[in-house]
Order: sequence, then C-alpha cells, then structure tokens
Amino acid sequence: MSADRLPEASSFNTSAAPLRYAFLATIRRDLTLKLRRRSELANPLVFFALIITLFPLGITPRQEVLRELAPGLLWVSALLAVLLSLDGLFRDDFEDGTLEQLLLSPQPSSLLVLAKITAHWLTTGLPLAFMAPLLGLMLALPATSFPALCATLALGSASLSLIGAIGAALTVGLKRGGVLLSLLILPLYIPVLIFGAGAVKLAIDGAVVMPYLALLGALLAAGLALAPWAATAALRLSVNG
Amino acid sequence: MWQIVHKLGSPKWFYRVSGPWLPWLWSLSVVLLVIGTVWGLAFAPADYQQGDSFRIIYVHVPAAILAQSCFALLAICAVIFLVWRIKLADMAATVAAPFGAAMTFVALFTGSVWGIPTWGTWWVWDARLTSMLILLFLYLGIIALRGAFTSRDSGSRAASILALVGVINLPIIKYSVNWWNTLHQPATFSLTRQPAMPAEMWLPLLVMVLGFYMFFAATVTFRTRNEILRRESRTRWVRELAEKTH
Repeated sequence: MSADRLPEASSFNTSAAPLRYAFLATIRRDLTLKLRRRSELANPLVFFALIITLFPLGITPRQEVLRELAPGLLWVSALLAVLLSLDGLFRDDFEDGTLEQLLLSPQPSSLLVLAKITAHWLTTGLPLAFMAPLLGLMLALPATSFPALCATLALGSASLSLIGAIGAALTVGLKRGGVLLSLLILPLYIPVLIFGAGAVKLAIDGAVVMPYLALLGALLAAGLALAPWAATAALRLSVNG
Repeated sequence: MWQIVHKLGSPKWFYRVSGPWLPWLWSLSVVLLVIGTVWGLAFAPADYQQGDSFRIIYVHVPAAILAQSCFALLAICAVIFLVWRIKLADMAATVAAPFGAAMTFVALFTGSVWGIPTWGTWWVWDARLTSMLILLFLYLGIIALRGAFTSRDSGSRAASILALVGVINLPIIKYSVNWWNTLHQPATFSLTRQPAMPAEMWLPLLVMVLGFYMFFAATVTFRTRNEILRRESRTRWVRELAEKTH
C-alpha cells in the first residue's frame, strides 16, 4: 500500500486500522513476499506440468485414451500441486513470529487469515487454472472444453486453498507435518474434485456446465464462511501449543 | 444447572458412577449379540435371490451404522470439549475414534466379502462404498493428528477441530459421491417407511444393531475409565484407588 493512500496517522492511534486496509495490506504483504521468491512461485506450476507429463508415459500416448482421462488427470494433478504448496502457507510466518502478531492484531483474525488464503490462491490456484489449457492441449482435450477447465480450476482451487488452510494451520506447529497434512486434507477435497472434473467432462461432450459450476460456487461460499474461522482456531492452537 | 454439568464432567465422578454400569452393559451386549447372531444365521429365512450369502448383513449393517454413529459421537465430544473444556468429553473421543475406525473397516471388509456372491467382484467404486472408505480416512486422520502432537492438550484440541470440520464435510462428501456413482441398495432401515424385507429377516437385524450399540457403549465406557486412570494417575483419588486394590 503506497504511503499517500494510507489513512491519517490519527486514525491508527484510536484503536485499529480500518479492516479494509488491514485486509489489503495483508494480501499485499504476502504477494510481495511471494514475488520476491519467484522460483518458489513457479514450483507448483512445474510440478503440475511434470505430473501431467508422467501420465502419458505411464499409461499410453494414444490420444483417444488420454482425452478420456484428461479431465481427471488435470484435476488430480492440480489438486496435488495445491496440496504441495500448502505447507508453506503459514510455515514462514509461524517461524518468524509474524503469525502471533497477526493473531494479536485488533482486527478480526479470521479475516486476516482469509487475506492470507486469498494471497495463496492468487499465487497458486489462479496460475494453475491459466496453465491448465496448455497441458490440456497436450492431453488432446478439445479446445471447446478450455473455458470450463479454466473456470472450474479457478473456482475450485479457491475452495482447495480454503479447506487446505485448515490442515496447514493444524499441522504448522509440527516438525514433519507434510505427510500428515495430505492425510487430513485429501478426503475433504473429494467433493471439489468430483464437481470440477465432472464439469470438464460435460464440457467435452458439449453439455451445459453451469449446474456444476454453481455447485463449485456453493462449495466456495460455504468454505468462505467456515474455513477461515476453523483455520484461525487451529492457528491459535498451533501458536499456543 | 452448571453445577450438574461440571459434576457430570468430572472424571472422578464418572469413574465412580460408571463402575456399576459396566457389568450390565457387557452382559446386555453379549446377550443381544448372541441372540441376534443365532437368530440371524440359523433361523432367519434365506433370501429368495441371494440365498444364504445375504446373512452377512447381520454384521455388515450394524457395523456401518455404528461407524457413522461413532463419528457423530466424536463431533459431539469435540463441541463439548472445545466450548466447555470438559476433559471427560475428550477422553471419550480419544477412545471412540479407534473404535469407529475399526467399525468402518469391518463394514468395508464385510461389504467387500458380500460383493463377491452378489456383484461378482471384491470392490466396486460405488457411492456408498467410497464414502465409507473416505470415512475410514477421516478417522485415521483424526487418530494420526492426535498422536502427532507432543502436548496432549494441543493434540486434543486439534483432533476436535478436525472432527468438527469432518462432520460438516461428511454430508457434502456423501452427496457428491452419490451424485457421482450409485450401485448400492438404499439404506436398510429408515424411520419413515416400512423395511423392504419381511419381519423375520429384519427383527434379528434390529437385535444385532442394538447389540452393537450396547457393545459400543460398554467398550467406550470401559476404555474411557482406563483413559481416566491413565491421565489422572497423579491425582490423589487414583493413587488411593490403586493402593486399595493392591
């Protein structure tokens, strides 16, 4: 946030910065930190591409088979890429004490946690959604399904970030939380996977995908309402424990 | 009112009161399970389509019902523990989780054995099998998370949060998986309509379900008492108890 847009100093002194500023400042801070470490930013994308490369090698290079499998493969790989990035969601802030400051700040902490989750989605889920058509092309997906692929991944990965934040918050205090994190989170990802991959399949057949997109939106709405709250409770416990 | 709640939540009080229940719970569960098993396996009529192979229902359905009830218990205990900090609820949740996981496994195993004569395969990716499998993973996650913390209180709170997240997600998972694929027959028991099978078939099943519930109550009570002794081993009343029995 540039200095000229900051509110007057006096409004800081009263009790707290307005929530809007705190929310945007948290997103901005997380994005800045991410953009300073570009290689880390690229890791989930490279992982996504690599996993997709493995499937034709492991199954078959035949286009008609790949086309059949593509929606599921793309979705599962994107889901794993998000999962891989989750461990870093709170880890650095936990280790250098930023997380404690965040929880102690006068603003409602669940909204600040939501800001961190939003930043995570902007740097992980959204790039994955934009990259998916390229990999879809390599898996012989028809171009007519690309809009559905992008839309479901963009919508669905937001839910993945939200649900994943709960798991990341629960395991951030543990030394080796990575494997445990996937055990906790993967079962909860199943509805998103079903509706996401289902919508892409429908799009290949030229059917209407709106109902599935609406369901993904419903999952996102429920996640937005509940997940930051649960993640904050889990973070409190990790910071105190 | 609050005094009663706190008295109910006191491990010492529970230990004292639950002692006399135990023999009743155990004997009731054994009687019901024996009656249900003998009735179901020997006297209930064979199914006109599936023959004798349907009799596995007398283990499969009670186990599946218990697997879900046990998760509900976990969630209720989680709320009580997180909101009122009643340790007894967490002790019950600690011992109920492995029981629920075991029941889920039994339901999956018997279902898979039953699948051979009826569907001709050990496993199908059917909605209800899949959601049971996911339930098993949720149980394992809760057990693993509790074990991963060095401090017991942190582990308890983490497991409680996860149980609540799981219980909210469980219906969503169930419906989404249902949407995805269905081959399994609909639920055997429902409160609103007549069972689809004759009385001489579902009565022993009802006895078995009640027997499983009694077994569940007995096991959880018994193991909660052990957990109380383990966690309160430094308090005076447990020491006095230990000296008395020696």
